[in-house]
Amino acid sequence: MFDFLKKDKASAVDDPKLSWTDRLKKGLARTRGQFGDRLSNLFGGGKIDDSIYEELETILITSDVGIAATQSLLDQIKGRVKRQNLNDTAQLKDALKQSMLELLSPLEQPLDTSGQKPFVIMLTGVNGAGKTTSIGKLASLFQAQGKSVLIAAGDTFRAAAKEQLQEWGHRNNVHVVSSEGGDPGAVIFDSVNSAKAKGIDIVLADTAGRLPTQLNLMEEIRKVQRVIGKALPGAPHEILLVLDANTGQNAVSQVKAFDDALKVTGLVLTKLDGTAKGGVIAAIAQSRPIPIRFIGVGETIDDLRAFSANEFVEALFE
Amino acid sequence: MLENLTGRLQSVLKTLRGQARLTEANIADAMREVRMALLEADVALPVVKDFIAQVKLRAQGREVIQSLTPGQAVIQVVHEELTALMGKENVTLNLSTVPPAVILMAGLQGSGKTTTSAKLAKLLKEQKKKVLLVSADVYRPAAIDQLRTLARTLEIDFFQSDISQKPALIAGDSLDFAKRGYYDVVIFDTAGRLGIDEEMMAEIKELHTILKPIETLFVVDAMQGQDAVNTARSFNDVLPLTGIVLTKMDGDSRGGAALSVRHVTGKPIKFVGVSEKVDGLEPFYPERMASRILGMGDVLSLIEQAQKNVDLAEAQKVAEKLKSGKGFDLNDFKSQMQQMRKMGGVGALMDKMPTQMSGMAGKMNSEDAEKSLRRIEGIINSMTPLERSRPDIIKATRKRRIAAGSGVQVQDVNRLLNQFEEIQKMMKMFSKGGMGKFMRAMQGRFPGVG
Repeated sequence: MFDFLKKDKASAVDDPKLSWTDRLKKGLARTRGQFGDRLSNLFGGGKIDDSIYEELETILITSDVGIAATQSLLDQIKGRVKRQNLNDTAQLKDALKQSMLELLSPLEQPLDTSGQKPFVIMLTGVNGAGKTTSIGKLASLFQAQGKSVLIAAGDTFRAAAKEQLQEWGHRNNVHVVSSEGGDPGAVIFDSVNSAKAKGIDIVLADTAGRLPTQLNLMEEIRKVQRVIGKALPGAPHEILLVLDANTGQNAVSQVKAFDDALKVTGLVLTKLDGTAKGGVIAAIAQSRPIPIRFIGVGETIDDLRAFSANEFVEALFE
Repeated sequence: MLENLTGRLQSVLKTLRGQARLTEANIADAMREVRMALLEADVALPVVKDFIAQVKLRAQGREVIQSLTPGQAVIQVVHEELTALMGKENVTLNLSTVPPAVILMAGLQGSGKTTTSAKLAKLLKEQKKKVLLVSADVYRPAAIDQLRTLARTLEIDFFQSDISQKPALIAGDSLDFAKRGYYDVVIFDTAGRLGIDEEMMAEIKELHTILKPIETLFVVDAMQGQDAVNTARSFNDVLPLTGIVLTKMDGDSRGGAALSVRHVTGKPIKFVGVSEKVDGLEPFYPERMASRILGMGDVLSLIEQAQKNVDLAEAQKVAEKLKSGKGFDLNDFKSQMQQMRKMGGVGALMDKMPTQMSGMAGKMNSEDAEKSLRRIEGIINSMTPLERSRPDIIKATRKRRIAAGSGVQVQDVNRLLNQFEEIQKMMKMFSKGGMGKFMRAMQGRFPGVG
């Protein structure tokens, strides 16, 4: 009766058989299931009329695409239908796919860490977005590319955040710089100096989760950014904002707030395996287009990959 | 919290307020706006549809049409329906069982289960309960450490579990331990899981069977989008949930998840998390929340907070002085500011005020206000007791000394004294003219405002 408890999470980590596309497809299965099925039903054929656009609006909105992006996607499709003289609902699918792709393609800019050594990456985000887990996955990703990695445990606020990172470091065999209590800026400052001395390629700096409404904490993170710049001029070279894909339209406000405070250079979209909707990406692409560097599509350590608009849209509409 | 929704509804309803007659057309306009506002606020679409249908039906009904102020009547309907949607009244924890009463925490990854467990433990400890915290999160690295650290900080007993153990084993052992130790309450934290992860859902179902919890709380991130409906449904299908905790309400500008989850599960929202600090857990009051969405302010919970944090004897003393309009000196001024800080500062207070009042404060930056309050306190601290009780004796030499002592310019001391004089005048007005006159007079005179 305890069979279900025998599931060994670690074994999945070592399972290299699934290709990246398979994994993404699997992770997005639910998204596809809801979004795609409904679209397939919708696009099954027949004449295009107003009720179809209304149905389409419903689908987009319930996928967290947001009202503004939904409106603009619909306008584009209507334009295509008129220009290309489409008169079958089946052709609507291609039109929507195309519009989606045009919206998301500009966000597909992989992270290039080659210019600097050490290349310092700072991760930020609201509480529970998945920053620490993403750091563990990123460390594994960069190591697989043959790069040396150092982790800075900059979340000195949350209980056991440091221990959580140390566990990730242990699994990846990566050194984690931390201090008892202390100042996040100081920890990351030491880490960057240590990385310089040791000739490390990549520094991953964790920070405590914060909500944009906590103005003092938003001020604190700007200070952390400045302190990193003192350890290494030009650093941090990448500021990643980690977003939980479960988040609704608030994700857009998060992007704006963190970007206004820090000039965010890239996004990480986590927990895409759980949410039925990846639609918030479209809303973000509309209002504050910042490159999506990575997406998380599963719980195992190599389930974090570079974002590909094409694969994403394909997997969504398959 | 929820400002955007409040703002949207208010701008819609403002136009309604002025209208003498309701027509089908302007009701439809208003309902369209309400629909957009709710959708933008991440309320799930099916919930929005139900809500709109209900409000529309009632808005077209007799009670509204025959009302002298139909606009007001519509607002009343929206308010009532919003309250009804979120549950009629606050439902508290039910712990009446043979101890130990077990509280099982469930939810998605990163929704805030561990933090909420600690907050809940603190709340129950304050009610003189003997509480045991247990973590069965053997998956996320250092999750058990996190709860242990929180337990230690709060001086609450912690059941030592280990990642090599099966959660079911931890459940059985901790329950035995709690029985032998005569604990009143066991708070059982679990790993975050997806509603579609069948193995993990089976695991928590098993835990539920072993623990037989009297409360099974579903922890939801208030920032969650449309998918809140699906998540809530999948947890509700597997577990007999008894209540909901909405977390991160302090950061959320919209909060539509509250409406969705409540609608789908039919289970009461029992608590809301309003801060990442350990005391940031408040009871959820549907009526107050509805009022707040409509901009009527959360005055009731403000009063409760005041009762909790304010030194009553001190407040009584000041109130007496206020009433008489005599003898209000800088000592009282300072103690009032300290009371205010105890209640979470200017920002937290303004957040709970009705929008008419907080709107009056305009573009006040609560950060700045906070800063200026701290400075004023510093200046008062640099005064002698005599100066505090008789500010009129403070002349040039004293001002220079006070300025040097508190690290400010003489102008700052002057400004404080002027402000204090104004407030003294207002206090007199207050004792004579009552609240309305007082509020009008307050405009622009609050430190840091305008």
